[in-house]
Amino acid sequence: MSDPVLEVVDLHVEFPTPTGPARAVDGVSFTLDRGMRMGLVGESGSGKSTTVLALMQLIKAPGRIAGGQVRLAGDDLLGMTPEAIRRARFSRIALVPQGAMNSLNPVLTVRAQIDDLLDAHGSAFSANERSRHVAALLKRVGLAETVADQYPHQLSGGMKQRVCIAISIALSPQVIIADEPTSALDVVVQKQVMQTLIHAQREVGAAIILVGHDMGLMAQFAHVVGVMYAGRLVEIAPVGRIFSDPRHPYTRMLIASLPNFSSRGVFRGIPGVAPSIVDPPPGCAFNPRCPRAENRCSREIPADDLVAAGHRVRCHFAREVADVAPA
Amino acid sequence: MSPLLEVRAATVAFGGGRAAAPKLALRDVSLTLPAEPSITAIVGESGSGKTTMTRLMLRLQDPTRGTVHYDGQDLKGLDRAAFLRYRREVQAVFQDPFGVYNPFYKIDRSLLLPLRRFGIAATRDEAYELARQSLEAVGLRPGDTLGRYPHQLSGGQRQRVMIARALSLRPRIIVADEPVSMVDASLRATILESLYRLKVERNVSLLYVTHDLTTAYQIADRIVVMFNGEIVEEGDPESVIHQPRHAYTRLLVSAVPPADPKVNWGLENGALAA
Amino acid sequence: MNAVFRMLRIAVRVLRREPLLLGGLVLLTSVCMFALVGPLIVAPGLAEIGAALPRQRPGGAHLLGTDAQGRDILSALIQATPQTLKIGFFAGVIGLGVGAVLGLLAGYFRGWTDTAIRTFADVIMTIPGIAVLVLVATNIRSMSVMLMAIIVAALAWMYPTRTIRAQTLSMRERPYVDIARLNGIGGLELVFAEIFPNLLPYIAASFVTAVSSAMLATIGLEALGLGPQNELTLGMMIFWAQYYGAMLRGIWWWWAPPVVMMALIFVGLLMTSTGMDRLINKRLRVES
Repeated sequence: MSDPVLEVVDLHVEFPTPTGPARAVDGVSFTLDRGMRMGLVGESGSGKSTTVLALMQLIKAPGRIAGGQVRLAGDDLLGMTPEAIRRARFSRIALVPQGAMNSLNPVLTVRAQIDDLLDAHGSAFSANERSRHVAALLKRVGLAETVADQYPHQLSGGMKQRVCIAISIALSPQVIIADEPTSALDVVVQKQVMQTLIHAQREVGAAIILVGHDMGLMAQFAHVVGVMYAGRLVEIAPVGRIFSDPRHPYTRMLIASLPNFSSRGVFRGIPGVAPSIVDPPPGCAFNPRCPRAENRCSREIPADDLVAAGHRVRCHFAREVADVAPA
Repeated sequence: MSPLLEVRAATVAFGGGRAAAPKLALRDVSLTLPAEPSITAIVGESGSGKTTMTRLMLRLQDPTRGTVHYDGQDLKGLDRAAFLRYRREVQAVFQDPFGVYNPFYKIDRSLLLPLRRFGIAATRDEAYELARQSLEAVGLRPGDTLGRYPHQLSGGQRQRVMIARALSLRPRIIVADEPVSMVDASLRATILESLYRLKVERNVSLLYVTHDLTTAYQIADRIVVMFNGEIVEEGDPESVIHQPRHAYTRLLVSAVPPADPKVNWGLENGALAA
Repeated sequence: MNAVFRMLRIAVRVLRREPLLLGGLVLLTSVCMFALVGPLIVAPGLAEIGAALPRQRPGGAHLLGTDAQGRDILSALIQATPQTLKIGFFAGVIGLGVGAVLGLLAGYFRGWTDTAIRTFADVIMTIPGIAVLVLVATNIRSMSVMLMAIIVAALAWMYPTRTIRAQTLSMRERPYVDIARLNGIGGLELVFAEIFPNLLPYIAASFVTAVSSAMLATIGLEALGLGPQNELTLGMMIFWAQYYGAMLRGIWWWWAPPVVMMALIFVGLLMTSTGMDRLINKRLRVES
């Protein structure tokens, strides 16, 4: 049944600070199956972006990967030599980064930038084959062939983002990581770009990890949703279960706080402030803000608890049936 | 009673030299905010002109054509005393919780300076006391907030200090331009709630400018939809969201992903737009 | 008292992180110490013409020897160094001060003020400074250290004006400037209370550059013989040395010490300005 293409086991990423190491990613484990769409949600300081950067070994010093394993179709990603990792990037695991539209080189045409990528990975295409490949690639993201000869500033935000998606699938990777790909775009264009992403992903048969904070988008896009808080993966479940039966109080309160088109004048915010990863609360990091917290919560870090098929929660009270939404 | 704020046939043009025609941020737009406390939401995307509207109402910019009136008087014709009263009664909360603070000073200055300047507090001690009350009113602890520099506070705290500042000046209206878009999701509802309650608890009106239609629906008495420098639809939230008349409003409503996986939003089977 | 200790502790922490800055400041302080303490060790009177036998080699009673006019070189060096430092310092302060004010006004108020200031600065910038300096210097009967400082400063303000204007242009768009306007602050008060304090790091870094280019201009003029004739500065020592043919006559101990001292000062200034630059960039990166 499961056909894992990416396995992350107990990943730890640390940043040194004057008062000791800050655990940006603290023991995160998950598995991505072939063709699966996973959403990773969390707020600032949750470690979601750091997690996916670590997968591509893009953590810059003085940050470092302090432990864990990452296996891409069985191959150990963390143990690869810098040369091997460079070859793996974009050919096996690709990234559509935050603000991707701004990472396009303004002085090169779209064609030139795709060519650059193909060259860097030792592509042996002839000029004709290249040209056809670029046209096919652009067609896959719904762009006309003429876009290839345009410069980034001649394209709209949505089109630029689709070019970035095209670049990410150029070498048919096995995993695509999209880090907040639509946060800088208008909501109308957002839907088009997300449709493009799904279409592109299907075309190359890749699995995709979407990092973001828009739960509505996750509900529509993802098969599986992982919720991160203070560097830990506090809940991960199939999307239906995350919305119908969330077990972690943070997930519950987060979903309850979402505004919608059915109720007005009702606000359910989560009290308190996000924890600092430099000086996190002891035990469960959510305990200062949690309505269900007991003494145990500030002493013991909750372990991963499998409460249903594919549904893991890090909470001492995950198996309680009673609803713990705030009054 | 005169309307609180009124924009009459305003056009804002910029750019345009010998070769190019000027671009219009606003095209002959009129909007009236009533005297009774109310919450109005202006919804639009980038380029809709919604931020330009706030700049006109705050008199950070003058319209190329048209006029803006506060309490019945043209902003351009206000004498010194009336202008200071306008400055005090119309307050602002901006999007970027970091850029609004001068990094050189402690955040105390943002709270104390306007209190002294508008004559609400006569002495420094009085100003501190009023500042403390306002901080508590937005759910912050004065001990944790006062005496710090902007970079020592979190984004949510900084935004709440800005609201505390606006509140402490006893305004008639707060103009909030995307006040929660750069704040964490879990905190948004709390901050929006504190803005929402201002109307009922303190008779303060709110102009909430955003691109997020769901929070506009949640908070407003009236929604105004802007596109390309014009108002395309306005009305009560139920009508605008559930029975939109203008094609753009319909497009905007359909572009919001519903937070329910059982509802089919059409992400998987949509045809690719060129 | 506590505040002073706290500032000292911050200063120590800062300096430990940026060895280049520390090295530069140590070098400059040593030079200043040399100028301050020197007169107590070596009698200043020895720097007068005819104080000793001329053209003696270094050693014995005259550690650095004497020049063709009978001056003890070490004593002369001790007298000349502070004079050169003074010119550089004052020229830097005046040039930067005027430049910063003009840049702030031009950048904030724009319109006619900006056009006027900018055009004025641009026009003067294109005139070769040396030519103007030479012209002015040859027409002044008796040149003094202060006069030199003013002349050099008059041609040093343009570059700071341009750079500070550019900084101001970007800063005036910050949201906190809008907030200040909403507070009813405007005009000059806004410029000096809101924008100016945030320019202090840039101004501090420019100051060191301003001082070193002022010193360079001064030394250049003096070496050409256009400096103060009756006061000893490092540049004048070089002038007198070449006037009396020290290089042809092999009196290396006359021109070498001032050259070494100048090198030390410039290396110190360079290290300080580079160190400060790196420090500011680090702080900006951390805070953003």
